[in-house]
Amino acid sequence: MRLEWRINGEGRSADIRPADLLLDVLRESFGLTGAKPGCRNGDCGACTVMANGLPMKSCLMLAVEAAGQDIVTIEGLANAPAQRAFIEMFAFQCGYCTPGFILNVHALSLAHPQADEATVRSWLQSNICRCTSYEEIREAVYSVLGSARGTIDATNG
Amino acid sequence: METIGQSVPKKESPDKVSGAAMYTADRIEARMLHARYVISPYAHARIAGVDAAEASRMPGVRAIVTGQDSDVLTGEELRDRPVIARDRVRYQGEIVAVVVADTEAQAKGAADAVRVRYEPLPVVHSPAAALRPDAPILHERLGEYVRGAGVIPIPGTNVASVIRIAKGDMEQGWAESEIVVDNRVTFGPSDHAAMETRSAICEIRPDGHIVIESSTQVPFAVKKYIASYFGIDSGFIIVKTPFVGGAYGGKTAIHLEPIAYLASRAVGGRKVKLVNTREEDMVTSPGRIGLDAVVRLGSTRDGRIQAAQILYHFDGGAYNDKSSDVARAAAADCSGPYAIRNLHCECLTVYTNHTFPAAFRGYGHSELTMAMERAIDKLADTLGMDPWDVRMINSIKPGDIAPTRDRLTRSNLGDIQTCLRRLKELSDWESSFSRVDDYKVRATGISCFWKNSSIDSDAGSGAILLFNPDGSVNLETGVVEIGTGTKTVLAQMVAERFGMSVDRVHVKFAVNTLDTPEHWKTVASRGTFMAGRAALKAADDAIRQLKDIAAAVLKVVPEDLAIGGEKVFLRDDPSLSIPVKDICYGYKYPNGHAIGGQIIGRGVYIQRRIEPLNPLTGEGTPGPEWGVGAQAVEIELDLRDCSYRLLRSISVIDAGRVLNLKGALGQVMGASAMGLSYASREAFYYNADGQVLDPTLRDYTLMRYGENPAYTVEFIENPCLEAPFGARALGEHGLIGMPAALASAVSRAAGVRLNVLPLFPETVWRARNGGEGTS
Ligand code: FES
Ligand code: FES
Repeated sequence: MRLEWRINGEGRSADIRPADLLLDVLRESFGLTGAKPGCRNGDCGACTVMANGLPMKSCLMLAVEAAGQDIVTIEGLANAPAQRAFIEMFAFQCGYCTPGFILNVHALSLAHPQADEATVRSWLQSNICRCTSYEEIREAVYSVLGSARGTIDATNG
Repeated sequence: METIGQSVPKKESPDKVSGAAMYTADRIEARMLHARYVISPYAHARIAGVDAAEASRMPGVRAIVTGQDSDVLTGEELRDRPVIARDRVRYQGEIVAVVVADTEAQAKGAADAVRVRYEPLPVVHSPAAALRPDAPILHERLGEYVRGAGVIPIPGTNVASVIRIAKGDMEQGWAESEIVVDNRVTFGPSDHAAMETRSAICEIRPDGHIVIESSTQVPFAVKKYIASYFGIDSGFIIVKTPFVGGAYGGKTAIHLEPIAYLASRAVGGRKVKLVNTREEDMVTSPGRIGLDAVVRLGSTRDGRIQAAQILYHFDGGAYNDKSSDVARAAAADCSGPYAIRNLHCECLTVYTNHTFPAAFRGYGHSELTMAMERAIDKLADTLGMDPWDVRMINSIKPGDIAPTRDRLTRSNLGDIQTCLRRLKELSDWESSFSRVDDYKVRATGISCFWKNSSIDSDAGSGAILLFNPDGSVNLETGVVEIGTGTKTVLAQMVAERFGMSVDRVHVKFAVNTLDTPEHWKTVASRGTFMAGRAALKAADDAIRQLKDIAAAVLKVVPEDLAIGGEKVFLRDDPSLSIPVKDICYGYKYPNGHAIGGQIIGRGVYIQRRIEPLNPLTGEGTPGPEWGVGAQAVEIELDLRDCSYRLLRSISVIDAGRVLNLKGALGQVMGASAMGLSYASREAFYYNADGQVLDPTLRDYTLMRYGENPAYTVEFIENPCLEAPFGARALGEHGLIGMPAALASAVSRAAGVRLNVLPLFPETVWRARNGGEGTS
């Protein structure tokens, strides 16, 4: 079946199977491999994208469900505060969990610019980082929450 | 210009925050075929038949490969593992067949349709069970397997390898001991759980080259072993490795690559992609080794250890892979950082029906440290002494002799005494136990560790420096970028040597064995050491060439020249100089004549005077230096339900020289997090049939954001003279002491002696109520 999505600000369409996950369509049909599979079970958050402004695990969403929604992948961010903060705070090592974490933090900073400790914790517990100690990620999160709101570069999809 | 020590952000940072960084499975090509496994649900069974007739008729299926397609046995230490199981499976998750199809969904559908008939066999659940006289023998042909020099199997038993350390005179040691304590620790296998599951892509090109792309720490070893397993000239094998999404030792095993090769061979050499699911990555591909260990210490009444008798039974799983070598590394350093004159260690690697283990960050050292440190805590309790004092009194110093009989020096041994003293201050050791209220207790536990590497004595590394027309330089090494930031640190070293900005050193991240100089393996925290030595040598080689050509142009002798700021200049009159960019592609005189050419610096390094251990006595030289550190963990325990919070984790480590401060802190904190995570919550749970009950990240719970303690990390700098800039190994060390320190802290808080991992609250609660978990 042929469907259309709005991805990183652009209208895109592809032929897919009804059973296809958003994760696989992003990767296989559009080459947006910044969305990473880590478990395909909703446990790790490596596949996190933004759907209508909120973080969504793209392995838990059928591509069909995402049709018509505004999807932002890591390729759609350019120089966002969360990206800069993750570099400055050394908040990644292997980088595999990083797109998912950054999109989560980016969405958090848009939805709750003044998020308190409990909110941050409940948002970020959906992602796993096996390399860092989370301390670095915490520093990155708070430097973003303390800074100006992020921007989405819609031309970079 | 000082670049060494600076917190230079990883050079791949922009790629990694933008989704541009490519990992193996990110290769997506329309013509590529996809493979899925058929895996065994049984931990031990005879394969009575594989019926793939129906599956092979399914849409899109191009080939089905079974054990009958190859009789090759693989294994680096002991060749005991078929690429695909042939007539027997020895662990749940073992691969029985591989289906190749146009799409992954088709391959999966067909894999589900392959009918395998199994005849279940009795399951061996633990090293203890494997060593019983009536235990089923898992490898009847153990004596016939091709094996490496250090592997001593006992055919007719489940012992894959045995090694002994025998130093000093045990009888005298016991005679001089006034107190003797015994302590036993046990923990089962667990998993690396890198966020990127393993993957491999293989094609056989029309000209006969076999091209493998793989998420591996060891592309050069893949090349070497594929060549030897299948009898192919190694020049025909090309292995490429892009970024790797976490490895921690788990991606040292050569596992998927031979399977991908057989799959590609079955479809006429077409490109086949193989990506582990999370469940397969946990049960089918290797995990972390388990251990059952008994340590007996003899000491004087004032706490001086006179003798140590150590028994290790490593859970070597179904196949050996690196388990006997992990065991050997543990045996080599079995004393921990303590001077123990009379020492005996017997170390067995035992086959069981568990997933085979690979290297795991620490390579046997968190295991040996848990065993030794828990025994030292028990000794301190028995003596009524402060556990810090017992550690300090016995700590090892330059002039002492290692278990391997190496004489220790200020250079090859870190400074454990300074680490311990600083740890005492940072951890407020004097108030390391306190009651918060009626139910809550705070306690701190400490541990000390040391670690040498144990890699092949001829392991080496190479580096190439290629200049660009703008005077900047490209650095190429065979180190795989697994997240440790090693390539950035190497660039810092090169920049330091040239006196140029690190921004002007470009690094190549991907490894391609066709044109990248070999780096033995990206393991053992030796990337900065070996590749660093090679890179510095390459820089010196390039500098010599630059000076030669500058000397000709400036009409001076090269010895009078120096380099810095991208210029070659006269040492005593820097105003006489020539920019590097004017000579790094040859120099052209005004009349058009040219001399020189592109500057290409090359450097190689091979390990110095390493000797394999004698398996009967443990004599040898395992590696260039013993890194050391002292660690503490503070927890708060609720005595009602035995739940606890991790409050603080403190590490003081001898870094030799810190090369990149934030990078080094990140390595130590990340490793500590991993150690605390597995010590507090990670383990495979097996049912009576030997099946893993928690093969997903939902059931196998890793530490998450906010569950971590606050981290304090301090480095001391006591240089290793053989290492670049004096820097000691660091990538694994933050992990090593964590399980022991946590066990110590929880034991103190709970008032029971805990010797099992992981320390779930339930485990602690049972121990307090007289159940398992104590000794
Ligand atoms: S892949 Fe989606 S949560 Fe792990
Ligand atoms: S950086 Fe490797 S998993 Fe987070």
